[in-house]
Amino acid sequence: MGTATNISQIDEGLRSELQKKGIFVSSLEDLYNWGRRSSIWPLQFGLACCAIEMIATACARYDIDRFGAGLFRPSPRQADLMIVAGTVTKKMAPQVVRLYNQMAEPKYCITMGACSISGGPFKDGYNVLKGIDRYIPVDVHLPGCPPRPEALLHGLMKLQQKIDSQEIEKTAWYQKGLKREFPVPEFGPNGLNPPYNPEVFTPEQHREITVG
Amino acid sequence: MKTLEEIKKDIESCYSDATVTVEGTSLVVPKERWLEVAKFLRTHPEYSLDYLSSVTGVDYKEYLEVVYHLYSIEKKEGPLAVKVRTDRQKGLVPSVTPFWRSAEFQEREAYDLVGIHFEGHPDLRRILMWDEFQYHPMRKDYVQEDQDRPEKEF
Repeated sequence: MGTATNISQIDEGLRSELQKKGIFVSSLEDLYNWGRRSSIWPLQFGLACCAIEMIATACARYDIDRFGAGLFRPSPRQADLMIVAGTVTKKMAPQVVRLYNQMAEPKYCITMGACSISGGPFKDGYNVLKGIDRYIPVDVHLPGCPPRPEALLHGLMKLQQKIDSQEIEKTAWYQKGLKREFPVPEFGPNGLNPPYNPEVFTPEQHREITVG
Repeated sequence: MKTLEEIKKDIESCYSDATVTVEGTSLVVPKERWLEVAKFLRTHPEYSLDYLSSVTGVDYKEYLEVVYHLYSIEKKEGPLAVKVRTDRQKGLVPSVTPFWRSAEFQEREAYDLVGIHFEGHPDLRRILMWDEFQYHPMRKDYVQEDQDRPEKEF
């Protein structure tokens, strides 16, 4: 993810001079993004042990509410951010994709922990999806097994940087004819069908690993 | 608790034609006699093994095996490990759900993952994998799908 590119056009010196006089100058875009990034409501669900760390992040000691993301919503219609916290089994994957589809734009996704990034230690399991990025676009990949609460806060701050860098005129959800509906995989005879969504995911080329 | 040899003698004195064998730390019971032996172990006052803690399905390539771990809460004894073997093609073992209700879900799991059919089970269907799944993933010859296969092979 790139750093914030959306920098205000106002001259820094002028701005600080005006600020001394008690006049705050900003662009509408900055104000708009400041509002958006300061109230990211996450979807309240957890899939495995990473959810315990997510709960710890929401509790008093780490307090994710300091960053405006403390209001965990029980409905996807009210949520801005999906934190995929834990192992996504093949049986659970369709529901996760459906929940993401049901969220209103603009929506973001953080994959929390090794499992939801790639399958993690269960990568070779017959029942585990090798990463939720096979079906939905992911904004922040957050490694760890599980990531500590500080890491989740760092991931959230990275997402806030990304939101800050978005421009209202160019963002996808204000364009006409946007249809961001990701196909929900179906249960097949030996796994999910399809195994990934080619529009958002390209499998890595298979490499032979030789030892010695 | 009695030794395995004594248990074997007790069973064979009750059911003269039952050929129970001792293998290591467990009893091997032929599947034809398993219901009778289970009832004996469950109800006989000297054993009263009233708690079935686990039912495990194992694939040994030549045959399938079900391992039962029995405890007696009443006598504070156990575990007693009992093994029942069946063939791979149509793995059929009588269900012990009528004797131990805890067997119901565990037998469904052994059916789902190893493909052992339990005769007389009240509701034998998949418990972990989805209904459309066609294989038994804990079998040695199970081949996983390739999640990275190219799009044209979907």
